[in-house]
Amino acid sequence: MNTFKSIIKNNIRQYGMLIALVFIMIFFWISTDGILMRPVNITNLLLQNSYIIIMAIGMLLIIVTGVVDLSVGSVCGFIGGLAAVLMVRHHFNVYVTMLICLAIGAAVGAWNGFWVAYQKIPAFIVTLAGMLIFRGLVLWLLNGESVGPFPEEFQRIASGFIPDVFHYPGFHLTSIVIGVILSIIIVFLDYRSRRNNQKYEFEVLPLPFFIFKNLIVVSAIMGLCYVMASYKGLPNVLILMGVLAVIYTIITNKTVLGRRIYAMGGNEKATKLSGINTDRLSFFCFVNMGVLSALAGMVFAARLNSATPKAGNSFEMDVIAANYIGGASTTGGVGTVVGALVGAFIMGVLNNGMSIMGINIDWQQVIKGMVLLMAVFFDVVQKNKSGK
Amino acid sequence: MSEVILEMRNISKTFPGVKALDDVSFSVRRGDIHALVGENGAGKSTLMKVLSGVYPFGSYEGQILFMGEERHFKDIADSESVGIAIIHQELTLVPMLSIAENIFLGNEPRKNGIVNWHEEVQKSKEFLKIVGLRESPQTLITDLGLGKQQLVEIAKAISKEVKLLILDEPTASLNETDSEKLLDLLVEFKKHGMTSILISHKIQEIKKVADVITILRDGATIETLDKGRDEITEARIIRDMVGRDLTHRFPPRESIIGDSIFEVRNWNVFHPTHSDRKVCKEVNLTVKKGEVVGIAGLMGAGRTELAMSIFGHAYGKHITGQVLLHGREIDVSSVEKAVKNGIAYATEDRKSLGLVLIQDVKTNVTLANLENIKEGMFIGSHKELNAATYYKNKLSIRCSNIMQKAVNLSGGNQQKVVISKWLFADPEVLILDEPTRGIDVGAKFEIYTIINKLASEGKAIILISSELPEILGVCDRIYIMNEGKIVGEMPVKDASQEKIMERIMLTQEVMG
Ligand SMILES: Nc1ncnc2c1ncn2[C@@H]1O[C@H](COP(=O)(O)OP(=O)(O)OP(=O)(O)O)[C@@H](O)[C@H]1O
Ligand SMILES: [Mg+2]
Repeated sequence: MNTFKSIIKNNIRQYGMLIALVFIMIFFWISTDGILMRPVNITNLLLQNSYIIIMAIGMLLIIVTGVVDLSVGSVCGFIGGLAAVLMVRHHFNVYVTMLICLAIGAAVGAWNGFWVAYQKIPAFIVTLAGMLIFRGLVLWLLNGESVGPFPEEFQRIASGFIPDVFHYPGFHLTSIVIGVILSIIIVFLDYRSRRNNQKYEFEVLPLPFFIFKNLIVVSAIMGLCYVMASYKGLPNVLILMGVLAVIYTIITNKTVLGRRIYAMGGNEKATKLSGINTDRLSFFCFVNMGVLSALAGMVFAARLNSATPKAGNSFEMDVIAANYIGGASTTGGVGTVVGALVGAFIMGVLNNGMSIMGINIDWQQVIKGMVLLMAVFFDVVQKNKSGK
Repeated sequence: MSEVILEMRNISKTFPGVKALDDVSFSVRRGDIHALVGENGAGKSTLMKVLSGVYPFGSYEGQILFMGEERHFKDIADSESVGIAIIHQELTLVPMLSIAENIFLGNEPRKNGIVNWHEEVQKSKEFLKIVGLRESPQTLITDLGLGKQQLVEIAKAISKEVKLLILDEPTASLNETDSEKLLDLLVEFKKHGMTSILISHKIQEIKKVADVITILRDGATIETLDKGRDEITEARIIRDMVGRDLTHRFPPRESIIGDSIFEVRNWNVFHPTHSDRKVCKEVNLTVKKGEVVGIAGLMGAGRTELAMSIFGHAYGKHITGQVLLHGREIDVSSVEKAVKNGIAYATEDRKSLGLVLIQDVKTNVTLANLENIKEGMFIGSHKELNAATYYKNKLSIRCSNIMQKAVNLSGGNQQKVVISKWLFADPEVLILDEPTRGIDVGAKFEIYTIINKLASEGKAIILISSELPEILGVCDRIYIMNEGKIVGEMPVKDASQEKIMERIMLTQEVMG
């Protein structure tokens, strides 16, 4: 009994938001008469939030170092505009354009990083300036008008689906196969890490909990794949997001680079005095953010099939909020990729569900604000409890 | 026999994974100086935190009786209101506020809701007089040395009409003169009927001032010694603490000294903000192969500044001079380069410069040498766990396991983690800045043994310490530093505490 309580207590912070997400989904599932969970809607939900999620992953690294980047929304719009100008006005090749856009994104990140890391200007100021600068540049680039449509190849990155190799009529079998493979990998990795922990006599989840947890994860993956398969299959952006999530989870958990970024966020002085070049780390995180903002900018433009001067407006708020909802700390050193994803989905489901229910945009904002506040409050309360 | 002012009965306190206190009973007589000693992680600080309400009623088991009444403190303010004041192991003054503001923080004298500055300053003057600190109440805390800050803490405590004063390792970061002053003050307070509880790892001072000594080990009371009743010897206290005899305080040293391997030439450093103030002046020093070199000096002599400026210009501005390793000049213009070139510096300020507190023991131990645990692109978790476990055993770091966060370790064990980090980095030159501050006698011996071993492996070791016996017991040669200059150098066989102090005083006068 005691152990059961302590298991819940020790893991509530890790899984709390995930549970919250599940409850929110169930709530909207019921209150929208099932519309929320329809294949079309789920697909839409993923597509609508893909760019936020891509940027949230980049923002995680920045937030872990202890600062924020306010310029990402403008950068996202700026790169979308650039892509449109290059492809639509100047008829550049799609892939060449994508490379150029990513490179410019990196350069934009380097610009921010230069001021923050090497000139010691507070990131808040640098990126606030960036927010204005790049918004101005989009307006200039597009002359204040929308530019489109894009070549079909380009549109596919945002609105295409993976091809089906099995050609089973009415059902996208490939998606199910991918789901099964993914599930097996995840369960295997979790099992292996559990075995390792046991070998070193660290605390692990008791077996029933372990099985229960994996069962939930597998059913979530398979459920999603099944829903998608009965529509058009897995969207390309979902694959893109999945790959990014895996890569960045590995970077943050398993590599020296990740270790250093977390150490820097935890105590910058001590990390520096351990012989680690913290300026370079901070610079890297901004460059990385620039590249991911560029990617998100292209996905967003491709989805709308045009670049508009207002594209990406206030995205930075959703991106930052997603991270804090997902358990990242405002003082740095704490946060996970999975947390950022969960946070982004909570925001996404709220948006989507409330829109279906016909709740006005004004109240949507109020509710999202309250959710952010409550999530962080929950975190603080948890922290205080475990400190005593 | 005077009455009992405090009685703690059957106190137990558990943290996730550790039982920090296990059925401890502890009673203090009114008017005594009661010492609490024990190894790092024995539970001394925890016991005092239970007493002062840092850990509120309900989060521990057992009873607290203070002045005859059972007490259920729910926070510090609660225990303060009945006259218990605690001065924590880590000072808690606000650096950018004045002495007076700090003394009355949260307790400001008010008139019509507005802080009465005049009264605050007047009263502060009285308290400063009592603790013997000759400073204006308007001086900012940052401008005070650690010894004086400690006195301000005490002034703050007595401003609250304290009946029981708890001091958690107050002398750990003080030099001898300041320590003595502080202890005299306690004795003076005692004459006026105040009771105090003193935690310290310095057995000599305990022996000198304490009326009663309680020894804790592994969260349990081992023995209570009474000055009037029992025969108190250092050996006995140490045996109770460590659980075995420790006949020597310093391991025997057989030094085989070779050629010079590390050299600093004409080293000049300026203050980072007051750029006309020279902090290190024409410093020259050498360390030979297998040699342990000590730097003695008073607080503020510029020893830490010297060490940190050599360690990748981590301190100071407009640094000039040369650093040579094995006769070749090396680049120390950034910490990264200094570490790559084989220099390590274990800081004296473990909390803000030494540790990433929110991370676990293993992460902190391996942070300075992640290259060594890399497997391809990734961190080799086996290598990491093995490394951390090795140092945990080697320095007997007391933690529930190496996944425990550094912030939850006892002060002394945090210090051991800092040292482990630099041992793991495997440097050529190891600069240790007050490495045994807050560390118990047993672990000190362990650290001295490691220093000896590193020296015999041919490493160059520089030891900065304010404890002269330590410098004399461990080093082969001693530099004496004062006001940013090397003012003397002597082999240990010619050195004594008197000679070192004399050297410092002499140069003080000449310059002053
Ligand atoms: N918040 C906490 N969470 C988990 N364990 C803790 C926490 N605080 C203290 N401990 C553990 O409790 C034990 C006692 O710690 P305590 O700080 O009382 O030791 P101490 O006797 O004061 O040692 P030192 O001489 O090093 O200051 C240690 O093993 C420590 O790791
Ligand atoms: Mg302590």
